[in-house]
Amino acid sequence: MNAEFFLLASFLTPLIGALLIWFFGEESRTRELLLAITSLTTLGMVIGLLARVYAGEEVAIVLLDGFLPIAGGSIAFELEPLGIVYATVAAGLFPITSMYAVGYMNGHHETNQRRFFTCFSLAIFAALGIAYAGNLATLFLFYEVLTLSTYPLVTHHQKPESRRAGRVYLGILLSTSVGLFLLGVAWTGHAAQSLEFAQGGILGDAISERELPILVGLFAYGCGKAALMPLHRWLPNAMVAPTPVSALLHAVAVVKAGVFSIVKIFVYVIGIERLAETGASEWLMAVCGFTILASSLIAFSQDNLKARLAYSTISQLAYIVLGAALATPEGVVGSALHIATHAVGKITLFFCAGAIMVGAHKKNISELDGLGKTMPITIAAFFVGALSIIGLPPTGGAWSKWQLALGAADDHAIYVGVLMLSSLLNIGYLIPIPVRAFFFPAKDPHEHSDHHSHDEHHDAASNWRIGEQIREAPMKCVIPLVITAIACIVLFFWSNPIAHLVSPIVGLQR
Amino acid sequence: MSLLDHLPVLLVIGPLLCAPLLVLIRIPSVVRWLAQAVVTATAAGAFWLVQTVNEPISYRMGGWTPPVGIEYRVDKVAALVALVVTSVAAIALLIGHKAARDTVIKGRLHLFYAAYLLCLTGLLGMTMTGDAFNVFVFLEISSLSTYALVAMGRRRNAFVAAFNYLVLGTIGGTFVLIGIGLMFQMTGTLNMADLAERLVEARDTRTIHVALAFMLIGLSVKLAVFPLHQWLPNAYAESPSAVSTFLAGSATKVVYFQLMRVIFTLFGASYIFGEARLGTLLVPLSLLAMFLGSAAAVYQSSLKRLLAYSSIAQVGYLTLALALGTEEGLRAGLLHLMAHAVTKAGMFAVVAIIVDRLGTDHIAALQGLSRRMPITAGLLVLGGIGLIGVPGTAGFVSKLALVDAALGAEHVFVAGAILMSSLIAVVYVWRVVEVMYFKTESEGPRLRERPASFVPAGIFLALMLGMGLYSEPAFELARAGASQLFGGMP
Repeated sequence: MNAEFFLLASFLTPLIGALLIWFFGEESRTRELLLAITSLTTLGMVIGLLARVYAGEEVAIVLLDGFLPIAGGSIAFELEPLGIVYATVAAGLFPITSMYAVGYMNGHHETNQRRFFTCFSLAIFAALGIAYAGNLATLFLFYEVLTLSTYPLVTHHQKPESRRAGRVYLGILLSTSVGLFLLGVAWTGHAAQSLEFAQGGILGDAISERELPILVGLFAYGCGKAALMPLHRWLPNAMVAPTPVSALLHAVAVVKAGVFSIVKIFVYVIGIERLAETGASEWLMAVCGFTILASSLIAFSQDNLKARLAYSTISQLAYIVLGAALATPEGVVGSALHIATHAVGKITLFFCAGAIMVGAHKKNISELDGLGKTMPITIAAFFVGALSIIGLPPTGGAWSKWQLALGAADDHAIYVGVLMLSSLLNIGYLIPIPVRAFFFPAKDPHEHSDHHSHDEHHDAASNWRIGEQIREAPMKCVIPLVITAIACIVLFFWSNPIAHLVSPIVGLQR
Repeated sequence: MSLLDHLPVLLVIGPLLCAPLLVLIRIPSVVRWLAQAVVTATAAGAFWLVQTVNEPISYRMGGWTPPVGIEYRVDKVAALVALVVTSVAAIALLIGHKAARDTVIKGRLHLFYAAYLLCLTGLLGMTMTGDAFNVFVFLEISSLSTYALVAMGRRRNAFVAAFNYLVLGTIGGTFVLIGIGLMFQMTGTLNMADLAERLVEARDTRTIHVALAFMLIGLSVKLAVFPLHQWLPNAYAESPSAVSTFLAGSATKVVYFQLMRVIFTLFGASYIFGEARLGTLLVPLSLLAMFLGSAAAVYQSSLKRLLAYSSIAQVGYLTLALALGTEEGLRAGLLHLMAHAVTKAGMFAVVAIIVDRLGTDHIAALQGLSRRMPITAGLLVLGGIGLIGVPGTAGFVSKLALVDAALGAEHVFVAGAILMSSLIAVVYVWRVVEVMYFKTESEGPRLRERPASFVPAGIFLALMLGMGLYSEPAFELARAGASQLFGGMP
C-alpha cells in the first residue's frame, strides 16, 4: 500500500464514518461501535501516512482538476511536514475524544447524539482536509466545511443561549473567512497566478512591500479560527457546546485549523524570508504579544472553568501565530511544536473540566475546594496539563516555548520577555485550580449534601467509584484524560521527532 | 439541410406551436405530459446546440438573405443562455402539475401550460434572434404570458402583482421599442449585425444617444436593475411556485443577455464604457442593489419575498460584472448567470414543497421545520449555503471569478464590497435556519415528505454542487462565450 492510499483512506474514513453514523446510528450501541471503528481506522491510516512521510516519501494527489479554474485551483492534496503534524494531532486525539464523548454524553443524558457524532466525524474530515490541502483553494474549501460542520455542535442544545453563541460563532468565522480570507486568496491568485503551496512561497515580489502587510492582515484575521484579538469573541461563546466539543474542536481541531492555516500560508505562500526582509509581519507580532498578555489577564477574572480555559486557549493560539509572524526558522518550528504540545495539554484540561462537570456537577473554580479528595485522578491530570500549558518540564510545552523563545531571541528579544511574562501569568491562573482542589478544605459540606443526595441516584450508575471516598467521573471520561496527561509527559522526551520533521521546510538542519 | 440545421428555429417554434395545441386538447393528464415532453425536448436541443456551436450559426428565415430577411443568430453565449432557460423550464415544470392544480382555477389547467410554453417561446426567441425588432416581439410574448402566469397565483394579491408587473413591464417594453425605432430611423436596418456596423458612424448623433438611453432603461426595468426593481418581489412572491421557480432561473437571465448584446455587440465596450461612461453609473447602482437588496431580504417575513429581494441583489452582481467592462468581467457575469439560475431556482423549488405542505411561505410558519420535514429543511439550508457562496457551491465559483475580475480591473474597493455584501446573505439565510432548527413551544406534527417532490429541487441543487466542485465545464463555456461576445461583432 502506498502513501497515496493512506492519504485518501485517512481522509475519507471520517466522512464515510459520518455517513454511516447518520444512517445507521439511531441506536446507541451501533453508533458507538461505528464511532470507535471510524476513529481507530482514521488514526491507523494517519500513522501509516506519518511513517511514509517521516521516511521522506512525497505524497501528492489531485482529486478534482478544475475545481476552480482561476489560477489553476484544483482540489489537490499534498502532504508536507506541517500538515502531517496537524493531521496526527487531530487524528490521534480523535479516538480518545470519541471515547470521552461517549462517556460524557451518556453521563450527561444528552439528546440528539446521532447528529452530534455525525457532525463530530465530519469536523475531523474537514480538519484532515485542511491538513492535507495542496493549495489555497482546497484549504479554503475545507476551512468552510469545518465552520459549517461545527455549527450544529456549538448549538447542540438548541436553547436561546446556544442560538446566541451560534450567531457569534458563525458571524465571526464566516465573515472573516469570506470577507478577508477569500479576498486574500483572490488577491494571491491574481498576483501570483497560482494558488499552489511551494517551499519559500509563491508570491515572490508580486506584491509590493507596501501592500504586503495588508495581505498578511487579510490572512491573519481572515483565519478567524485563530482567534486573534479583537476577533476572539467566538471562542468563549462557543463554550456553550458540550465539553467534548470544546475539548477536541475548540482546543484542538478548529482553532488549530486557524493557526495552522496561518503558519502554512506564511511559510508556503508568502515565504518567511520575504516576510523577514520586508518586516510585513512586525505589526502582527505586536498584536500577538497583546493578545497573549491581555487574554491571560482576562483568564484571571473568569470563574467559570471552561471560560478560563477558553481565554487561555486564545493566548496560546497567539503564541503559534507569533512564531509564524517572527518569520524565523526557529519560530516556525516552535509553532509546529506548539500545535502539538498545546493540543495535548489543553485537551487534558478540557477533559478534566468536563469530568468535573459530569462527576461533581461543578462548573466554577470557586466551587472546586476539596475536590482533590473525591476526584484525585482528574485533578492530578489537570495539574500535568497545566504544567504543559505553562511550559514547565517534564512536559512537552517546555520545548515548544523554548523554541518560540529562540525564534524571538535574535531580532525581537522583547517577545522573549512577553513569553516569559505570559508563563508567569499562566502559573497565576492555572495552578491555583489544582491547589484549591487538593489543599483547601471542602466548603461547608452540609450545604451541598442536599444537592448530592439529589444527584446520588443517577450518579450511582454512571460514576466510577474507587473505595469509600473517591467518586470519579465515568471510566470512559477518566481514561482519556489520563492518556492525554501521559502524552504531555511523553512529548517532553519525544519532541525531537517533530522538530526533526519540520526543520527542513524552513531550511534548518538538524 | 438536415433537421439539425433547423435547430435554432425549431427550439422557438416547437413550444410556440404546441401552446395552442394544448388549449385544444384540454385533457389535464395529456396536456401535462405533452408540455413536459416539448420543454424537455427543447432542453435537449439546447444542450446539443451548446455542444456544437463554435462559430456563430446564422439561420435565415425562409431563405431570405439578411439584412432583408430575418436572421437567427446563435453564438456561444446565446446557446448557453438557451440551455439555462430551457433546462430551468424543464425542471421547474416538474413542480408545475401539483402546484398548478391547486392554484389555477379548476378546468383551466391547459391554459397554465399554454402560457408557460408561450413564455418559454418568448424567452428562447429573444435569445436566438439576430433581429432587433424580433427581440421586442418575443419580449412582449414572454411578458404577456408572464403576466398571465403571475396572475394564476393562489392569493388574490396575485392580480395586483400581475397588474403592477404589467404596467412596469409595458413601460419597459415600450422603451425598448422606442430605442429600436430610433435606431432604425437612423440606420435603416433592424438586423443586429448590420446595425452594429452602421451604428459606428451614426452613434455620435443625439438620436442614437437617446435610443441607447431608451434601450438601456427599458431593459433595466425588465432586468430589475436597482432602482427599477419594484415589480419583482411581488411578481415572484405571488405567482405559483412553478412559475416563480421558472422566472427566477430564466426571465432576468435572458434580459441580461439582451443587455450584454446591446453593450458589447451593438455599441462595443469601448464606446459604452469609454465615451458613454456607463460604468460610472452602473457600478454604484450595482453596489447599491447588492447591499440594499440583501438588506431588504433580511427584513422580509415571507420566504418567497426574501428570495425575491435576494434576486435583486444578485442582479446587482450581474450588472456589476458587466460594468467592469472587461472580458474577465463578462466571463464572471456569465458564470454568475448560470450559478444563480440553478441556485435560486433550486431554492424556489424547495419553497414549492413547503408551500405545498404547509400552505404558506411565511417564515414564522417554518418553526420546527427541521423536525416536521427534515429533508426539505436540509435542502433549504443547502440552497442557502449556495446563495451565500460557500466554497463547493456554484455561487462560490462565480463570486470568486467576479472578485478576480474586479481585481483585474483595478477595482479593489469593489472586490471588497462584493465579499462584504455576500455576508448579508449569511444574515438572511441564517434567520431562516434558526427558525427551522431551534426549539419552539408550538410545533406542528411531523409531515410526510413525498420523495417525488424532491426531484426538481434535488436536480437544481445537485447541479449547483456539481458546478461548485467541478466548475471547469461551466468555466470553459463562460470563457468561450465571453471572448466571442467581447470580440465585438458576433
